[in-house]
Amino acid sequence: MIGSLTDELVDEAITIVREVTAECEQPVLLFSGGKDSAVLLHVAVAAFAPGRLPFPVLHVDTGHNFPEALEFRDRLVASIGAQLLVASVQDSIDRGRVVEEPGPRASRNRLQSVTLLDAIAEHGFDAAFGGGRRDEDKARAKERILSFRDRSGGWDPRRQRPEPWDVLNARVHRGQHLRAFPLSNWTELDIWRYVAAEELELPSIYYAHERAVVQRDGMLLAVGGPVSPETGEAVSVETVRYRTVGDMSCTGAVRSTATTVDEVIIEVAAARITERGATRADDAFSEAAMEDRKREGYF
Amino acid sequence: MSGLPTLRIATAGSVDDGKSTLIGRLLHDTSAVLDDQLRAVERASRRWGDGGLNLALLTDGLRAEREQGITIDVAHRYFSTPRRSFVVADSPGHAQYTRNMVTAASMADVAIVLVDARRGVVEQTRRHAFVAALVGVGRIVLAVNKMDLIGWDDADFRSIAKGLTEYVEALPAPPPVDAVPISALHGDNVVALSARSPWYDGPPLLELLEQAARRPVPSVGARLDVQWCIRHGASDYRGVAGRLTGGPLRVGDPVSIAPGAMATTVAGIDRAGRPLDTAEPGQAVTVVLADDVDVARGDVVLGVAGVDRPIATTEVCADVCWMTETPLVTGGRLLFKHGTRAGTATVTGIDHRVDVGTLERSPVDRLELNDLGRVNLSLSTPIVASPYRVHAESGRLVLIDAADHATAAAAMIHELEPAS
Repeated sequence: MIGSLTDELVDEAITIVREVTAECEQPVLLFSGGKDSAVLLHVAVAAFAPGRLPFPVLHVDTGHNFPEALEFRDRLVASIGAQLLVASVQDSIDRGRVVEEPGPRASRNRLQSVTLLDAIAEHGFDAAFGGGRRDEDKARAKERILSFRDRSGGWDPRRQRPEPWDVLNARVHRGQHLRAFPLSNWTELDIWRYVAAEELELPSIYYAHERAVVQRDGMLLAVGGPVSPETGEAVSVETVRYRTVGDMSCTGAVRSTATTVDEVIIEVAAARITERGATRADDAFSEAAMEDRKREGYF
Repeated sequence: MSGLPTLRIATAGSVDDGKSTLIGRLLHDTSAVLDDQLRAVERASRRWGDGGLNLALLTDGLRAEREQGITIDVAHRYFSTPRRSFVVADSPGHAQYTRNMVTAASMADVAIVLVDARRGVVEQTRRHAFVAALVGVGRIVLAVNKMDLIGWDDADFRSIAKGLTEYVEALPAPPPVDAVPISALHGDNVVALSARSPWYDGPPLLELLEQAARRPVPSVGARLDVQWCIRHGASDYRGVAGRLTGGPLRVGDPVSIAPGAMATTVAGIDRAGRPLDTAEPGQAVTVVLADDVDVARGDVVLGVAGVDRPIATTEVCADVCWMTETPLVTGGRLLFKHGTRAGTATVTGIDHRVDVGTLERSPVDRLELNDLGRVNLSLSTPIVASPYRVHAESGRLVLIDAADHATAAAAMIHELEPAS
């Protein structure tokens, strides 16, 4: 069990947010409506309180969102008075920037890298804060706090800048940008401890509720939006919650009865499956799925 | 849960010393490896390994690492026991070893240095120990791995331990060294003591880590490197934001704004938007000053009380780890960052390069990638500094390549000259 690490992690995250904001010209905070980006946004607001948040918030919208996450996004952003930008994958498809995958199991997860890079170029952002954590995935575990991306947004694990101490070198070249991960050293449990300590609101689907699901590829997928039952798949109503909230087409629910933050913390502490292993089809494609997507410009 | 603070660990070793296997073993035996990760490692072991469960694949996650059986970059891992939680920065042993070791060890409380019992201490071992001591880790743990391959020979182990301990003790600021005979592959003396080494009277590796102390916080006066000025028009709020080092700093304390000499007092302190009476070292705070003094990013708010106060200077002599392909040369012009202050640094001289094998210092006209040496720097703007050994946060600089903005060096101030 991790002790009172969260306070130290908050100090570290605030310091990173302030430093990148000071060194870069045009930062932006990537916000998905999920718990990590909600914590990141909360930390960023705290970093500049009582002043205003000195950068906008960008949502890359796959068009396959959980309605609860969208509703939460709009309410949260309005409550802190932040500027919300939405970059839509549907727009990228309509403009011919990307081609939708064929078939009933098509996911827009991979397409959002292009939408994100287009938005970064269009607005001239030189730094994008993300809620990525090193404990999520073995490729993320190797990424520095500051992740420099070339013009195509690609991440090259062999050419990362050394990061001695916490003295950050956030200088980018024209056309380059960086991704900054202030929550790098947080674990899933740290996120939930912060949610509990700050009494942070999250989308309701993070807590146990009844939902119509189908079992597919070992995951429980919500029926609705982009997911329809295929031949031979039985729809059942289960008591579930989400450990991660992403694109509906590839984010699975877990069976759970945890309806409060404290119950979720107990559940997460005892979990024997990682959050992405339990809930994300996008990482199950290959043993290096996350690395491959990062090389293409993913978050 | 316990009150022990999280321990930061850096691990280092040469290629094939079994470092990734050791970390995999620590993660596995403390139940930090979850079922789906284990299944993925089992699948990968069948593909890349030699049959058995290859624990190294828990950390070697990148494609090239699996294909080549090597570790490419520093990986961060998190695990905990009922007594304490740990962050491990795992540094690869082959190419780019200095830059990786500096990244991994610069903040670490403990460095675990691995050697292969069959080979003993090699140059890479000494280099890792040298860098660990230079950046100020509190303790070095020498893990003598693959003891099973030398038949758990007591005398060999003691000779390896003596070799590295003597080397470290000859360094300028030697941390204590503990040596543990282990087999990461079989788990001997990692989490529990092994029956194969009845002659070993120390604790298993994990117990050493559970008991290790964090780096001590030096008792120096409060220091806040100003990152950002926060204003809130409606309430007339004006605060300077940054991370406190040294201290504590209390509301009502007299402070000065360096490198100038303006004096004022602390009217208020906020942390994450909430008021505090006292800020402790390490906390990210916003300080409201009593007077409307001129203060901007790059300035330093200094507590007036305290010993070993930093001084303003433009001339420093620093130990550097050179981490980029373009060599450092006399007359070279770099960018620097010290705290939140940036400017240009001109190399006015190279005092020496250290041979990490013999600790011999030799005059050179350049420092190449992975070299360690001491240089004199002249800065374009004064910094408020102390020697690194007095207060790390006041004594460290990052040097940046002016052309491509690569992080070129970690520099630790050895001596400084007051600004004239």
